[in-house]
Amino acid sequence: MIGQQIRVLVTKIGFDGHDRGSRVVAAYLRDASMEVIYTPPWQKIEEVVALALQEDVDVIGISSLASDHLIVPDLMDALEDAGLEHIGVVVGGIVPDKEHTSLKNAGVARIFGPGASREDIVNGVTELGTRVRTAKLSEGDFI
Amino acid sequence: MSKPKAIPSDAENVQLSLPGFESAEAQWHQEYSQQIPIDRRILNRSGIQVDPIYTPEQWSSERHMVDLGFPGQPPYTRGIYPTMYRGRTWSQRQLIGLGTPDNYNERVRKILDLGATAISLLPCNSGFRGVDCDKAPLSLLGTCGTVINTIDHMDRALDGVPLDKISTAMNDPTPFTLLAFVLGVAKRRGIPFDKITGTSNQSDYISHFVANHMFYRLSQPGSRRLLVDHIAYCLKHVPYWNPLSVVGQHMQQAGATPAETMGFTLSTAIQYAEDCIARGLDPDSFLPRFTFFFDISISFFEEIAKFRAGRRIWARIAKDQLGAKDPRSWRFKFHGQTSGVDLTAQQPLNNIARVAIQASAGIFSGLQSMHTDAYDEAITCPTDGPARIAVATQNILREEAHLCDVIDPLGGSYYVETLTNQMEQEILKVMNKINTSGGMYEAVGTGLIQKMIGQSALSAQEKIENGEEKVIGVNCYQDDDNGVEQPEPYRPDRSKMEAHVKAFKDFKSKRSQATVDKAIAGLRKAANDENINAFERVVDAATVGVTHGEIISTLREELGFGSPLIAA
Repeated sequence: MIGQQIRVLVTKIGFDGHDRGSRVVAAYLRDASMEVIYTPPWQKIEEVVALALQEDVDVIGISSLASDHLIVPDLMDALEDAGLEHIGVVVGGIVPDKEHTSLKNAGVARIFGPGASREDIVNGVTELGTRVRTAKLSEGDFI
Repeated sequence: MSKPKAIPSDAENVQLSLPGFESAEAQWHQEYSQQIPIDRRILNRSGIQVDPIYTPEQWSSERHMVDLGFPGQPPYTRGIYPTMYRGRTWSQRQLIGLGTPDNYNERVRKILDLGATAISLLPCNSGFRGVDCDKAPLSLLGTCGTVINTIDHMDRALDGVPLDKISTAMNDPTPFTLLAFVLGVAKRRGIPFDKITGTSNQSDYISHFVANHMFYRLSQPGSRRLLVDHIAYCLKHVPYWNPLSVVGQHMQQAGATPAETMGFTLSTAIQYAEDCIARGLDPDSFLPRFTFFFDISISFFEEIAKFRAGRRIWARIAKDQLGAKDPRSWRFKFHGQTSGVDLTAQQPLNNIARVAIQASAGIFSGLQSMHTDAYDEAITCPTDGPARIAVATQNILREEAHLCDVIDPLGGSYYVETLTNQMEQEILKVMNKINTSGGMYEAVGTGLIQKMIGQSALSAQEKIENGEEKVIGVNCYQDDDNGVEQPEPYRPDRSKMEAHVKAFKDFKSKRSQATVDKAIAGLRKAANDENINAFERVVDAATVGVTHGEIISTLREELGFGSPLIAA
């Protein structure tokens, strides 16, 4: 059925290049029958916004190891400016507890820390993606 | 239970003359099988089956002279120097990098006051991407490394540091601007280049191409040429500098097994050595300056076997394949860093125990230099207190546990020697696969290596997910109480960083534009003329005030930006 499959953009912004986490997570989401759009690291915020729009994603997953999560609030602003505030954003990787609040306040839906299980991640993204998708459908996008 | 098998090459050599061995073994076997009728199969991370016991059937001391010899003698299985830690223990080289050059200087001076003889410098991630501080988001600057973009920044970072006495390790990928800044500072201070010692870490661009992409800055062919220029320049002008560190650490951190990692790394080193030979350099001039950099995981015996086997293979390659005649060229010198991948954010104090075990494996492996991780590394860039415990761990192992009293103390263990032989076979298998596909350059170009790393990463994670591999606090022995408050993450003082960026902009606007233009033109010319050493022009440019970002963008314009090949 059209509109069933959750579409997720898995990417990295900022300067870090470590991608073991994002690759493993991308494989997990694909195995869970989601459509995963995967990019190399170092995406500019405007590139992520453009890709999210072009690929009509439901969820953006930002992987962060070396403090790049600090510019996620800038991404949230850019999504809003582009009218994409309906997209669910999750962050995975190393985010110190003390910086969770600022990400949550900026609108990040979920933060998956080191040691998060496959089940946590797949369920969390499925739930978020389904919610975004349902809201979209009820707005009549796919009728 | 299946009886452990000797590896084929050993089988015909073992002539046991141990009265009573066979009957005693048969009796043990019977008793063992009665209590454990169906034995569980244990594989190490490299996929080698681990048996419940090892005896002279697998490895006997008759193979001593073939497999081991003595320390300081080929094939160096027992260590590359005759005295090993009795003569000199490994360098304790902790990675440092944070904030502004002034922040860095403060931290380095503290370490020197405590008696350190070696320092390291880790630049900000913006620098790794080749971007100066005026082109990076302020919130990211200095969070994971020091913001050093000019010779003046380096001068301040190394203020009061005696460059002629302290060995400096730079995390400095192609085109090696940090070393260029250091040489510029040495010139200013009147220190001759032959007094400068240390290592260009991260100079192995192939490891950046396939794993840990963060240090990747120039196209593959551009990096390839720059590396040989850099090696040739250093051999001639900075003779006590190690221009190359071949890095297995990135690959293992990205997911490669210990055996794959060693195979990839040695194949990479062969590639670089062949490039140097093609340039007309004598193997005995550059091989003594080749160094290696590895991860030490918590797979204790496997890591020890990995390093002992790697040392043996490299000695043979250097001698037989690369034609080096000087024994100093055959020595496999390596730095080990305890593996961050094994550390957990859950119950982080447990990481102190993990690091102590990883570090012990490193010591038993005979490493030359070591970094131990701080227990908070799965949460933040290391903070002060945890970093101190990391250093103390090395001191405790050396002074209190006496791990340095005996050279290669595990040598001759039936298990360790068998495993060393088995790891050697596994490593050689990986190297053969790379050879068959046309060498390391081809293998990374087609994505073969990336695919192997990705598959191993996924299968390692699978084992944790299904509980086959236990991680305390993550998939077993969980506890909501982490036992410690999360440390405050290190974030540089925003106003000082702002002032640093402003001063950088002022510096740029006040330079003589004619001098800068001339240096950039010289660099551009060298990039297009292989008869000119391009690294020499990098040094010239850095010395007259051309910035890190300007040097890299000029070279990118001429040699191509390139992008790592990422398989997902």
